Amino acid sequence: MNLGEGVQVVSLIVLAAMLTASAMGVVLLPSIVYAAFLLGACFISVAGLYLLLNADFVAAAQVLIYVGAVNVLILFAIMLVNKRQPYQPIKLGIVRNIVTAIVCVGLFVLLSVTVTTTEWGVRPIASVPSTMVKLGQHFFTDYLLPFELASVLLLVALIGAIILARREMLPDIQPSGLGMSENLELLERPKEKASI
Amino acid sequence: MGGIDLQRSLVEVLTGAGLSSGAAKAIWMPLPMILIVLVVTVGALVCTWLERKISAAAQQRIGPEYAGPFGILIPVADVAKLVIKQGTPPAKSDPLLYTLGPAIVFISVFLCFLVVPFGQNLLISNIGTGIFFVIAISSIAPIGLLMAGYASNNKYSLLGGLRAAAQSISYEIPLALAALAIAMMSNSLSTIDIVSQQADYGLLSWNILRQPIGFVIFVIAALAECERLPFDLPEAEEELVAGYQTEYTGMRFALFYGGSYANLVLAGMLVSILYLGGWELPFPIDQVGDMLGIAPSTAWWQIITAMLGITAILLKTYFFVFTAILLRWSVPRVRIDQLLDLGWKFLLPIGLFNLLLTAALKLALPSWFGG
Repeated sequence: MNLGEGVQVVSLIVLAAMLTASAMGVVLLPSIVYAAFLLGACFISVAGLYLLLNADFVAAAQVLIYVGAVNVLILFAIMLVNKRQPYQPIKLGIVRNIVTAIVCVGLFVLLSVTVTTTEWGVRPIASVPSTMVKLGQHFFTDYLLPFELASVLLLVALIGAIILARREMLPDIQPSGLGMSENLELLERPKEKASI
Repeated sequence: MGGIDLQRSLVEVLTGAGLSSGAAKAIWMPLPMILIVLVVTVGALVCTWLERKISAAAQQRIGPEYAGPFGILIPVADVAKLVIKQGTPPAKSDPLLYTLGPAIVFISVFLCFLVVPFGQNLLISNIGTGIFFVIAISSIAPIGLLMAGYASNNKYSLLGGLRAAAQSISYEIPLALAALAIAMMSNSLSTIDIVSQQADYGLLSWNILRQPIGFVIFVIAALAECERLPFDLPEAEEELVAGYQTEYTGMRFALFYGGSYANLVLAGMLVSILYLGGWELPFPIDQVGDMLGIAPSTAWWQIITAMLGITAILLKTYFFVFTAILLRWSVPRVRIDQLLDLGWKFLLPIGLFNLLLTAALKLALPSWFGG
């Protein structure tokens, strides 16, 4: 075993341990903030696993999208919610936990049996000079339709975000009386009808 | 331009001295990492000194002058003070997250320097994802900021952390769109390829001439990502005391402080790599070598070009840093709603338009826009 292989084995063990531990933490910890931070660690370990499989572009995309956007948004939402209410233990909480644990262990056993008994067509990881070129070729040949559909979907979402952000609100109409009104919606300025 | 290959030379020397090639590579591996950490730290320290001197000049003061010539030892005094200062976490803070937050910010900034080249072979690793890697890794930093803001158990910190996260995710998109237009022109995401594509005609082939809109978008978004004025909302003194760093002192504060200046240096390096030709001089140095009749493989010529290249990229980087500092001391801060408006309503549509324009020009004029 040379230096590179040793580093790979050690990184695989470390990443797998990190992934399992952080995923368990996400599920088991009672503090939602800790769970959200551990979710980030979980995503990063998955990115590391992609990197070990020579999928560098997928790894970077995983970090950018899941850690940089999804996880930050989850954290953002958690920290913006300011709901202080005492934690009420659920009725029959322990029974629920036991049932959940049984189901999870059963799934785990089932999956491990499947993984160990299936004949995997293991191939050595071929080192491609540039994974991005390969990805691009796939996108424009055999995965053309999903790629185009996804791109149209993303474009629609992007333009929709811009249009939502460009709505003009009417902040100057105050509800009568100084007390907070129940209706917290902002009034939107009516659009001019197709004035071209 | 072949450039000098330090790794091969050192490995050859070590194997010549009787070591196996594996051991020689193991000895080589930590060297560039240590070197880059040192270089970036020194670069960040220089930035703090520049900040003091330029702010003084902008306000017609002298600035630091007693600590060493031109007060150049002030950053050393800063670091010494921060290192020996006692860390005082708030009583009701979350001790684990409180320490982890600054570490994440610092590490994510320093990791980005993995792909920043100082010359043809003078970088740690030329990975294919290059500039995309930088954008991906720098998107981790807001998690550290949110962590610090939450763990400090202070309303100003939490608001600062939230603002930092909002600002960073909204300005990441225009930044990525501007970089994407460059990648489209260079047919690669690798930082090396992006620079070598700008190498042919010196100043005339720099991307700033082909991508003026992208350059403006990138500079604005980079300033916002660095949380520099006019976009330093997360640490706006008048509103939020110091934002997410309110409760930090000592070494943990030093991580934030150093990280923010390292981020500024990183932004400057990215601007110079993407738009100002990286380590290329304003005139094509290879052709000068040809005219003087020097073979490109001559050792002393290679060393001279490498030196000139490092000087060039540092000059470009510090020009950006100088502009950022000058901006900080001359323009007022924007409001948070204006900041988000600028990002979502102005930069994002312009960035999309720029991408479309680049694609159209690439198809229409392939010889100029990297067909």
